[in-house]
Amino acid sequence: MFSTTVTLDQFLQAMVDTFYMVGFSLIIGSIVGIPLGILLVVSRPGGIIENKFIFNMLNPVINMVRSLPFIILLVAIIPFTRLIVQTSIGTPAAIVPLIIYVAPFIARLVENSILEVDDGIIEAAESMGATPMQTIWYFLLPEALGSLILSLTTATISLLSATAMAGAVGGGGIGDLAISYGYERFDSFIMLVTVVVLIIFVQLLQSLGNWLARKVRREG
Amino acid sequence: MIQLKNVSKIYKRNGTETEALSNVSLQVNKGDIFGVIGFSGAGKSTLIRVVNFLEKPTAGEVFIDGNDLNTYPMSELRVLRKNIGMIFQHFNLLNSKTIYQNIAIPLILAKENKKVIKERVMELLRFVGLEDKADSYPNELSGGQKQRIGIARALATNPSILLCDEATSALDPQTTNSILQLLQKINEEYNITIMIITHEMSIIQKICNRVAVMENGKVIEEGNVLDVFGNPKHASTKNFVRTIIQDELPETIRQKIPEIPGSKLFKIDFTDKTNTVINDLILKFGVRVNIIYATMNEIKDDTVGHMIIQLAGNSINEAISFLQSMDINAKELV
Repeated sequence: MFSTTVTLDQFLQAMVDTFYMVGFSLIIGSIVGIPLGILLVVSRPGGIIENKFIFNMLNPVINMVRSLPFIILLVAIIPFTRLIVQTSIGTPAAIVPLIIYVAPFIARLVENSILEVDDGIIEAAESMGATPMQTIWYFLLPEALGSLILSLTTATISLLSATAMAGAVGGGGIGDLAISYGYERFDSFIMLVTVVVLIIFVQLLQSLGNWLARKVRREG
Repeated sequence: MIQLKNVSKIYKRNGTETEALSNVSLQVNKGDIFGVIGFSGAGKSTLIRVVNFLEKPTAGEVFIDGNDLNTYPMSELRVLRKNIGMIFQHFNLLNSKTIYQNIAIPLILAKENKKVIKERVMELLRFVGLEDKADSYPNELSGGQKQRIGIARALATNPSILLCDEATSALDPQTTNSILQLLQKINEEYNITIMIITHEMSIIQKICNRVAVMENGKVIEEGNVLDVFGNPKHASTKNFVRTIIQDELPETIRQKIPEIPGSKLFKIDFTDKTNTVINDLILKFGVRVNIIYATMNEIKDDTVGHMIIQLAGNSINEAISFLQSMDINAKELV
């Protein structure tokens, strides 16, 4: 039961790969996704800088990307991945599709978080003569911050689960370890360890997100 | 000064048009506390929002100090809005920011330096009586305190006009009174013109000097509060006035009026010129006076009274002429 062919080094390397893939794609995904989410809110009909053209273009594109399961996206965009990172295998090759997967997801989550802000806040901002940028920066984002943190927590957890499929392009990480050793070589021990590690990760991430959100929302 | 000339506002939603404002004209003079009263759906919310162009009128003009807002590009409109403070029914404070930061926001938007902001915010906190709450958050405050902060925020940029959108509707009667007193103080000390929309006649009664009554997007009656309360013309206005002043004879009392041969019933309306008229009626004209029903109400700094009296005697007509010569409205009831 406790015997395994996976070395500790292999396991640690897999952890590092997972952190690397989640961290990197989360950062780039946020840099792309957060502004897109804000744009969805402000350009929508009735938004503070209503723009039918931008909204009607952005909205379906985000839906399109969001409708692809990650494993399909991963292989479907291999030519594009190769163009960007000059390779179609390994961790870097997994990061490109991860970003394309998570950025529209973050955009949607950010959109929902900001839409939760009371319309009265926007009205107050406008009555003070705030510009659209000032309204976003001084009113919408601070008021949505707690919700935004929870959204990014959700996005991070989705990324963690998506990295498990990165093994399909040799992306590495603990998900890959579970498939190629735990499943294909019947290594029940490593399978169990991976499951436990993933559960602990998700618990920690969610608790951290909840704690931060509570802190900025001043609920405790 | 605020002037609205033939302002209409039509909302189009899913192909149906709703007319929120229909050809509204009114003028709010400098130093007024101008009340707009109406039931929900009468168009008051839209009316107050066309004053700072949060709602752009479909037709008509809005003038602030003689300047036509239609001619203002968005950038100048934003500058103008710093001269028009606004407070809200649900306060609309930022829950994520401290009280200090909430009041500072209009000044931060105006790119004032930190020292100026600090002085102004502390001054405003003292003015609204909450200097110890600078580091608190809105959810630690009561409704009345939140509205005080809303007022402080609205005054941060030294506006000359303050718009109050149902500012006391979410507050209990006692807190409402303290907020109204604060508004009156602002009007008197800073000479800020105040426009209030409300569905409660008691607010108009307590602090407004002028009032407009709205119904179905139209202003149906407008004038000095004392005149409108003393002599409402439109049926809806009468209903509103009646929520404060009962000027009609209740049916239960009517049934108990004693039968006196040759007697007549009169309703007399007076403001603060009553003097000793009842005494005069008795002594000068020798009529018998039976007071059936009377009310006396305080309207801001004046009083409005209504009395239903039964007169008997030979000189009833002379007595009534005398009342009218004293500028007291007397009407026979049948």
